[in-house]
Amino acid sequence: MNFDFSEEQGMLRDSVARFVQDDYDFDTRRAIADSEQGMSAEKWQTFAELGWLSVPFAEEYGGFGGGPVDVMVVMEELGKGLVVEPYLATVLMFGGLLQDGGSDAQKESLIPQIIDGSLQGSFAYLERQSRFELADVKTTATADGDNYVINGEKVVVFNGANADQLIVSARTSGEQSDADGVSLFLVPAEAAEKITYRMMDGQLVANVTFNNISVPATALVGELGKALPLIEDLVQRVIVYLGAEALGIMSQLNTKTLEYTKTREQFGTAIGSFQALQHRMVDTFMSYEQSKSMLYRAVCSLKDEDDGTDSEIHALKVMIDKAGKHIYGEAIQMHGGMGITDELDIGHFAKRLMMINTTFGNGDFHQGKFNELRYAS
Amino acid sequence: MDTSFSPEDLAFRDEVRAFFAEAYDEELQARMANLDTFKDAVIDWQKRLYEQGWIAPSWPKEYGGTGWTTTQKFIYEQERTAAGVRDVIPFGLTMVGPVIYAFGNDEQKERFLPGILKSDDWWCQGYSEPGAGSDLASLKTKAETDGDDYIINGAKIWTSYAQYADWIFCLVRTSNEGKRQQGISFLLIDMKTEGIKVNPIISIDNHHSLNEVEFNNVRVPKANLIGEENKGWTYAKALLAHERTGIAGVPDTKRNLENVKKYAREEVNGGRALMDDPIFQQRVSDIEIELMALEFTELRVLASVASGGAPGPESSLLKIKGTEMQQAVQELTMEVAAYYQGVLPTDLSTDQIGHDFGSSARQSYMYGRAATIYGGSNEVQRNVIAKAVLGLE
Ligand SMILES: Cc1cc2nc3c(=O)[nH]c(=O)nc-3n(C[C@H](O)[C@H](O)[C@H](O)COP(=O)(O)OP(=O)(O)OC[C@H]3O[C@@H](n4cnc5c(N)ncnc54)[C@H](O)[C@@H]3O)c2cc1C
Repeated sequence: MNFDFSEEQGMLRDSVARFVQDDYDFDTRRAIADSEQGMSAEKWQTFAELGWLSVPFAEEYGGFGGGPVDVMVVMEELGKGLVVEPYLATVLMFGGLLQDGGSDAQKESLIPQIIDGSLQGSFAYLERQSRFELADVKTTATADGDNYVINGEKVVVFNGANADQLIVSARTSGEQSDADGVSLFLVPAEAAEKITYRMMDGQLVANVTFNNISVPATALVGELGKALPLIEDLVQRVIVYLGAEALGIMSQLNTKTLEYTKTREQFGTAIGSFQALQHRMVDTFMSYEQSKSMLYRAVCSLKDEDDGTDSEIHALKVMIDKAGKHIYGEAIQMHGGMGITDELDIGHFAKRLMMINTTFGNGDFHQGKFNELRYAS
Repeated sequence: MDTSFSPEDLAFRDEVRAFFAEAYDEELQARMANLDTFKDAVIDWQKRLYEQGWIAPSWPKEYGGTGWTTTQKFIYEQERTAAGVRDVIPFGLTMVGPVIYAFGNDEQKERFLPGILKSDDWWCQGYSEPGAGSDLASLKTKAETDGDDYIINGAKIWTSYAQYADWIFCLVRTSNEGKRQQGISFLLIDMKTEGIKVNPIISIDNHHSLNEVEFNNVRVPKANLIGEENKGWTYAKALLAHERTGIAGVPDTKRNLENVKKYAREEVNGGRALMDDPIFQQRVSDIEIELMALEFTELRVLASVASGGAPGPESSLLKIKGTEMQQAVQELTMEVAAYYQGVLPTDLSTDQIGHDFGSSARQSYMYGRAATIYGGSNEVQRNVIAKAVLGLE
C-alpha cells in the first residue's frame, strides 16, 4: 500500500501548478470569465502544447494513456486556479464518452482534434425536468431511413456556447424515465439552435434546442438504446474529477483564510489569535483532510473491476458537499465584509464549489443513493 | 400563559391584511424588483405607509409612532411578511430616527424627523471603517473643530445604499484622550457636502449596495452633532439595544420556508416530488422546528420588553439563531434550484432559461452570507452572551 504519486504524475501536477501560478492569476481568470467567449482560446492552445488535453486518451489515438489518478492530479491543480477553460466538458465528458463508446471512425477522427486543441465538445444531457435523474430523457431520436431525427431541448449545457460538436442523449424507445432506450448521438453544434447565459462560477452555458435535426446512423455513440450504463460509468468518473477540483478549491480557501486571520487585526491583535476562530479553523482543516481521504478512496475504487464502486462515489459526493459548504461558509464568514465582495477571490471559489456540488447530484441525492445501496433490505 | 388573540386583535389583523392586499400591488412590486426603479418604488411605498399612519410602529406616539400594543406590532409583522411586503429601509426609520428623538435637541427633531417619516430623506449608516469592523471603537475618521464647524477626514466602508443617500449618520473621532469609546461623537452629515466621495463596491451577489465613503476636509456645522461631544458611543449602543427585537426575522424566514416547500412540491426527481423525499423532508423539518421555538423566544423577549424590561443581551441569541435560520432556508432554496442556482442576471426570460427562481435564489443566498457578519457578527454576539449572560470573562 502506498499513497505516492508516480514521477510522471508529479510532473503533470507541477506543470499545471506552474501554469496556474505564472499565467492564471485571479485577475486573468476574471477577465477570461467575463469575456465574450467565456474562455481563452490562447490558454487552450497552451493546454494542448503542454499535453494536458491528451491525458485520458488511449495511445493509439495520440493520447497519453492516463488513468483516473492522472486526471485527478490535473483537476486538483486546475481547481486551485479556478480555471474556466472547459477541460471537464471537452476532454473529460465529451472526450470520455467518445473514448468509451465511440466507434473507431469517430475516435480516429475526433480524439486527435481534441488533443491538438482544435475541437471543443459538450455532453448535452440535462433537461428542464430531469434534475439529477440521468434516465429522465424526453428528447427523442426517431429512425428515418438511415438517419435519426432529433427533437427536444437540453439546458445548462456546459461549454454549450463554444462547443463545435455535441454528444446528445435522446430517447430512441421507452418512456420518459426508462433505463432502456436512451441513446447518444454526435451532433454538430451549428445544426441546433442555442441561447447562452452566464453562471456564477464563470461558465458560459447554453440551452440547446433540436428541431427535426437529422443525423446519420454513424452519428450514434455506443449501442442503440443502451447508453445509460455508458453515461453512468462516465458520471462516476466525473464525480471523482469534480471531487479533485473541489479539493483544490478547498485547499485554496483554507490557505487564504488562515493567512487572512493571521494578518487581519481587530481589538489590537490578529483575529487568528481568538480561540473561537482557531477551533473553527481546525475544523475546516479536518474537513479538507477527510475530503482528500474520501477522494483517494473513490479514485482507488474506480480501478476495481468488481461492482463495488458506487457507494464510494456516493460517499465522495456527500463528503464534498458537506465539506465544501463548511469550508466556503467559514472562509466567507472569517473574512468579514471583505468576504462579501466580488473583488476578492473567496466568493468565486465558493461559487464554483456550489456548482460542483449540484452537478450530477447534490449531497442529499447521493446520500439517498448511498442509503439505498447499503441499508435497503 | 396564553397566546391567543382577542377579537380586537383579530379585527386589527383583518384591517392590516386588507390594506396590504390593496396597496402593495403588482406594479409596485415589479418596480421594486427592477434595480433602475428600486429607489423610487421604495420611497413611493414608504410614503404610502406614512399616509396610512403605519410608517413607524416602533416609535413613540408623540414622534409619529402608531401606539400599537406589542401584540398588534407582532400581528403587523406577521401580516406584512405573509403578504410578501418589503420591510422599510432601516437606516432612517429604525436606526437614526430613534437616536434623534432620544438624544437630539428640539431643533434637530423638528429638522430631521419629518424627513425620515415621510421618506423625503434617504439615510445611510457610516460606522464601519477599513480598520474598524468588529472593533468599532478603533475608528479613526476624525472631526476637528474649526469655529462653529467640524472638519472631517477619513473613510467609511461597507456603507449600504450610500449611493442613494441624502444624509449619513457617522461615528467620528473627536478625541484621542482616555478610553477609545470616550472620544467618539455622533454626527449627521449632508451627503451633498463638498469633499465627500462615494466609491461603489460590488458584492458577492453581483449587485451594488455597498460603498466606500471618503471624507476629504468635509465641513459640517456643529449644529449637526447629536447630544454631547465624545458621547456618541453611548448613543450608538442605545440604538443597538433598541433595535434588537425583530432582528431574528422569523416571519420572513417562515415565509421563505413555505416557498421552499412549494417549489419542492413542484420539483420532481425520477418521478418523485422532492418534497416527498425523506432526506429533504428532514432538512425542512430541522429548520421548521428551530423556527417554531425561535418564534416563541422572540415573543418571550417582546413580552419582557412590554412589561418594562429592556431587551438585554439575551436578544443576541435572536440575532444568532435568526440569521442562521435565514441562511439555512436560503441554502435549501438553492438545493431545490439544483443546476439553476447558478444563473446570473440575464436578458433572457425565465421561460427561455427554463427556470423561474434560480437566479433570485442565488442572489438571496449569496447576499445572505452577510447576515451573520453585519449588525455585530455572530462571533461577536456569542462573545456578548458568554460575557454578559453566562458571566464568562
Ligand atoms: C452586506 C453588508 C452591509 C453592511 N452595511 C453597513 C452599513 O450600512 N454601515 C456600516 O457602518 N457598516 C456596514 N457593514 C459593516 C459590518 O458592520 C462589518 O462588516 C462588521 O462589523 C464586521 O467587520 P469587518 O467586516 O471589518 O470584519 P472583522 O471585524 O475584520 O471580522 C473578521 C472575522 O473575525 C471575527 N471576529 C472579529 N473579532 C472577533 C472576536 N473578538 N472573537 C471572535 N471572532 C471575531 C468576525 O466575526 C469575522 O468573522 C456592512 C457589512 C456587510 C457585509
